Amino acid sequence: MVRETIRFWRQGRAVEVSGFHPRTTLLDYLRLQERRVGTKEGCAEGDCGACTVALGRPRGGRVHYEPVNACILLLGQIDGAELVTVEDLAVGGELHPVQTAMVEAHGSQCGFCTPGIVMSLFTLYHEGQRPLIREAVNDALAGNLCRCTGYRPIVDAALQACGEQPKDAFSANTEQNVQGLTMLADGQDVFVGDETRFFAAPASENSLATLCAQHPDATLVAGCTDVGLWITKGMAEIEKVIWLGRVAELDIIEETSDMLGIGATVTHADAHPSLARIDPDLGELMRRFGSWQVRASGTVGGNIANGSPIGDLAPALIALGSELELRHGDATRTMPLEDFFIAYRKQDRVPGEFLRRITVPKLKVHEVFRAYKISKRFDEDISAAMGAFKLTLDGRRITEARVAFGGMAATPKRALATEQALVGLSLDEPSSWGEAMAAIARDYQPLDDHRSSAAYRATVARNLVFKALSETASGETRATRIIGQRDALQAAE
Amino acid sequence: MNEQPRLGAHSTSPLRGEVAPEAREGVGSSTSANVALPPHPGALTRSDPPPQGEGVENLRHIRKPLPHDSGPKHVQGVAQYIDDIREPEGTLHVAIGQSPKARGRLISLDVSAVRAVPGVVAVLTAADIPGKNDVSPAFGDDPLFVDTEISFLGQALFAVVATTRDTARRAVKKAVMEIESEAPSITVEDALERGETVLPDYSYGRGDPDAVIAQAPKKLEGQFRVGGQEHFYLEGQVALAIPGEDGDFHVYSSTQHPTEVQHVVARVLDIPDAYVTCETRRMGGGFGGKESQATQWAVTAALAARVTGRPCKLRLDRDDDFTLTGKRHDFRCDWKVGVDEEGRIQGYAVDLLARCGYSADLSAGVVDRAMFHADNAYWMPSVHIASKRLKTNTVSNTAFRGFGGPQGMLAIEHVMDQIAWVTGRDPLDVRYANFYRPGENVTPYGMEVEETDTLVNLVRTLEETSHYRARREEIAAFNASSPIMKRGLALTPVKFGISFTLTHMNQAGALVHVYQDGSVHLNHGGTEMGQGLYIKVAQVVAEEFGIAMERVRITATTTAKVPNTSPTAASSGSDLNGMAAKIAAGAIKKRMIAYASEAYGVPEEQIEFRDDRVFIGNQSLAFDELAKKCIAARVQLSEAGHYKTPKITWDRAKGTGRPFFYFAYGAACSEVIVDTLTGENRLLRTDILHDVGRSLNPAIDIGQIEGAFVQGMGWLTTEELVFSKEGHLLTHAPSTYKIPVASDVPAAFNVALYPNANREETIYRSKAVGEPPVMLANSVFCALADAIHALDPEKPVPLNAPATPEAILRACEALRGRPMG
Repeated sequence: MVRETIRFWRQGRAVEVSGFHPRTTLLDYLRLQERRVGTKEGCAEGDCGACTVALGRPRGGRVHYEPVNACILLLGQIDGAELVTVEDLAVGGELHPVQTAMVEAHGSQCGFCTPGIVMSLFTLYHEGQRPLIREAVNDALAGNLCRCTGYRPIVDAALQACGEQPKDAFSANTEQNVQGLTMLADGQDVFVGDETRFFAAPASENSLATLCAQHPDATLVAGCTDVGLWITKGMAEIEKVIWLGRVAELDIIEETSDMLGIGATVTHADAHPSLARIDPDLGELMRRFGSWQVRASGTVGGNIANGSPIGDLAPALIALGSELELRHGDATRTMPLEDFFIAYRKQDRVPGEFLRRITVPKLKVHEVFRAYKISKRFDEDISAAMGAFKLTLDGRRITEARVAFGGMAATPKRALATEQALVGLSLDEPSSWGEAMAAIARDYQPLDDHRSSAAYRATVARNLVFKALSETASGETRATRIIGQRDALQAAE
Repeated sequence: MNEQPRLGAHSTSPLRGEVAPEAREGVGSSTSANVALPPHPGALTRSDPPPQGEGVENLRHIRKPLPHDSGPKHVQGVAQYIDDIREPEGTLHVAIGQSPKARGRLISLDVSAVRAVPGVVAVLTAADIPGKNDVSPAFGDDPLFVDTEISFLGQALFAVVATTRDTARRAVKKAVMEIESEAPSITVEDALERGETVLPDYSYGRGDPDAVIAQAPKKLEGQFRVGGQEHFYLEGQVALAIPGEDGDFHVYSSTQHPTEVQHVVARVLDIPDAYVTCETRRMGGGFGGKESQATQWAVTAALAARVTGRPCKLRLDRDDDFTLTGKRHDFRCDWKVGVDEEGRIQGYAVDLLARCGYSADLSAGVVDRAMFHADNAYWMPSVHIASKRLKTNTVSNTAFRGFGGPQGMLAIEHVMDQIAWVTGRDPLDVRYANFYRPGENVTPYGMEVEETDTLVNLVRTLEETSHYRARREEIAAFNASSPIMKRGLALTPVKFGISFTLTHMNQAGALVHVYQDGSVHLNHGGTEMGQGLYIKVAQVVAEEFGIAMERVRITATTTAKVPNTSPTAASSGSDLNGMAAKIAAGAIKKRMIAYASEAYGVPEEQIEFRDDRVFIGNQSLAFDELAKKCIAARVQLSEAGHYKTPKITWDRAKGTGRPFFYFAYGAACSEVIVDTLTGENRLLRTDILHDVGRSLNPAIDIGQIEGAFVQGMGWLTTEELVFSKEGHLLTHAPSTYKIPVASDVPAAFNVALYPNANREETIYRSKAVGEPPVMLANSVFCALADAIHALDPEKPVPLNAPATPEAILRACEALRGRPMG
């Protein structure tokens, strides 16, 4: 059976929509069709958060809320979810606790970012860890730009309102909302449109494989945090969209004692805890990955499959020795992750083929991992350079090395000359590290761009080799890091 | 009084039991709950005797930390911005066709394929303009659409009017054009080489600084670069134009300057000003970016409405907004200074080379203001301040909070650090040594600094409360044992001149009506962009009538109610409009008193308005009852108030006068940590003490100070504008242009108001607050330089702004003697 509509839950009832253009964003649907204009467009590229709305999905007997950027989310992607917008929070003229806190803390000035901030705080109100600490609030707000207040009153409002057990109309109606959402989860393939223009959301991997084979020209979308910009900024004439978000088999994390298997549609938010258990640096990398909104929508598979030369995850996963599994029709194949990236924005994937799974080996005893994201701004930025190191030790000597960088070449790429120079080095002889630091210049000829100059990239990469060696030698990071100090991260775990 | 009074002189006992209102209300310090902080003794106890004529205050609304009037609406998403107005049926949408080249001639433009796109209703080019093809604020050099000469990449060539915004944006790409292009000027150096400027060079000074510097015990010189800044108002540029009768138009524009929008719409459409009404309820941020540069989009929408006869809306996409609208000017500052052994300036000469973009826009005033702040708070016996307004083939740079002041001021703060590095003195002591003091208190432009003690006292207080000296030692100890991580500390002052430097702009109007039910309609020429102007002016009016805030209805700014206004800019909003509203309300009140005096046979001085009642001798009646009686007695309960700032004069030709009514002061102490292997850094703590006079609304003022500081910090750290050689702005959206996020603001962020009644007769002795606190962020830049300096105390730090991780690493590697390629 195929369903020709999308269905979502809104204000306690099911809403069914059909006949929309596959490119329709959730924001345009809200503002132009529903005429609910509380949700704002600030940038139309998922960076400012003015368009933040909450999506709820059933998890563990309750509704799990996550913030998303409506500007780059396709309308079809809210199928099966509860949609909550800023207009829904106040009940009978009474403000929601996060709204009251924002007013009382003087948390709005021009007010344009405020609806998005209120919605991020709404999700924090429901999902935040308790006790709530300032750093967690900052993380929750990393995807919400405010140009007026300087954030201090907003953070105060969050600390004041979001630290308690939730007690609002949504927590009161949990049961009803879970029931509603469960009723919507029908396991049917969704296909809105016709053979020339459609939004499709297959519910199984086999349906997906069939659909991909029929429409090799269709655009595959998981979180849409990148493709969304092709639409809003590139004005891409995308007519056929296959959304992977309902394919149950791809949204699975498998874990054994020596590896982690991440299904292609697992979101960054969901993958974060498992990756953090491999190494604290990987956890810190995930914390700084985009924003909460982006991590809630974007997927590990999408970040790899889109082949960005500056994707944060690929260098780390290459250094760890990860493998990909792809499927085309009924055939599957696997390859080392680094081989997937052929050239700038070109990957080893044929039309109709899709990514199934990423396998990440866990660290063994005697293996040390370090990852460094270097960006203009610490949070919610794309790296100028991203370096990852896996060093195998025999006592105080390096016996094997895997090093990969992003931002240094047209693709995420291993630093083979550096790896070679690292092998055999003693951690106790810093005077001997110079050759490995210099080798980076043979591995990469980075470019100038708006994120940084080639000279900066080259210098930073060289210094990161030194930093990785220093930290491996000393076993600590307090003297070498401003944020993401491993002892602090481990203590927080 | 001593030249540099000691803290103890005024920190012991509150005068006459006066406690700062912000302390009373508990909002004077924004310290977050989880940070233990020392109190600001100055903020709590210092109090100059009130100026003559001001007795003990008995105020109901003024000085109260009332929340922003739109706060509850903001948080529910019901505060209406222009894109939220329900469009009239048949509204069309406009998109801009842009030049793909930065410099050259438009040989041909074929829009037939654009017209052919289904849904396209009209295509507008320069040929469709009935009036003048000029949207400039003053100098006649900003065409609405390019006729032949192309001046920057992205410049508007044409506009598409279509049934949906999506259709219009897609259709734009179908245009075919032929351009004869030439190599553009992009940088300061390009413009210097071509010798192209948008306005003549300008300079002033006194003495012979070249000779003085040549003979000074120590002389230094350098070239210092200060970057520009994108406003990044969260609400992009937007306008909706609705055609009315007889060819008139109602234009909703997100503008700081409705009068200019009105005027320029009329100029371009060739209709009288009286046929255009411009209305602005609120902006989603302005920061100067909507002072002159909201006009073009409103005019385009109005032209589209004229051509099609239908309502037309233009909302720029964020990337287009970045490309098509000007930014803060970036500068190269060529400076030299001569100092004595103590680091006291004997002579200073600076050439401020401003990159203005392709046209003059507001560069006359912006660069003048950079010059007016080239001294910041420091006495310069011999001085020469020169400037060039360079023309480049980039978008025309414009007003941005501080209006040039921050750039001029940062340069001298950088020079202060340079002096400290060469003399080996603490940078704060070098600053103390150079502050204006009695007898040495005339600015390079001939204005006397009348309150020389305010800033010194303020800085002394902050030095104490921020524990500057103790932390200086602690940081030195940390740095001595930390080879990679270096911490830095800086305490920098701000002195900022308040008034438009174009004297005639210092005027404002307000319109107040009292209705028979005692409700009050308030309108004035100032616009609300989030800064809290509307609530402050409403407080003034409610105070005047002694009525509850709820009775005052704040209404949208419109050229139909208050005409011929100045932009809401130069921090002047509440100074000017607050006064105008007080004058208007006061006139109505005076007539009500006159009526009551006669009707009740009670002398006027025995009539008092308070608690929503009017007390007339021994009796009283409700405010609305008196209003009804006045109407019955044919008393006019409506008034248009007008205010003009006194005392100011400025003779630009001679380079002398009193361009400012007064100065606002502040200081900030910031501590940072720098990773000298990567240039990454964090702001660890900032303490701010800022002078807003006697605050009209301490909650709003604290919000302005914190927001301005963080915005200034962004300007000096992560916000970097990068243009390609061809003139493409490569940082064209928040994905590539990085303003501060929540985690960039330190947990230890201590902001306090410095009670210091304005010596001038401003509205309730307050001071302007919009712009001055931007420059508190200079402390962050100087702290970063201080941290880098720890790598090698023998060397000056070659750090330019913005201090991105790259700029910082470049400076670090230079100090290590291994320059980065």
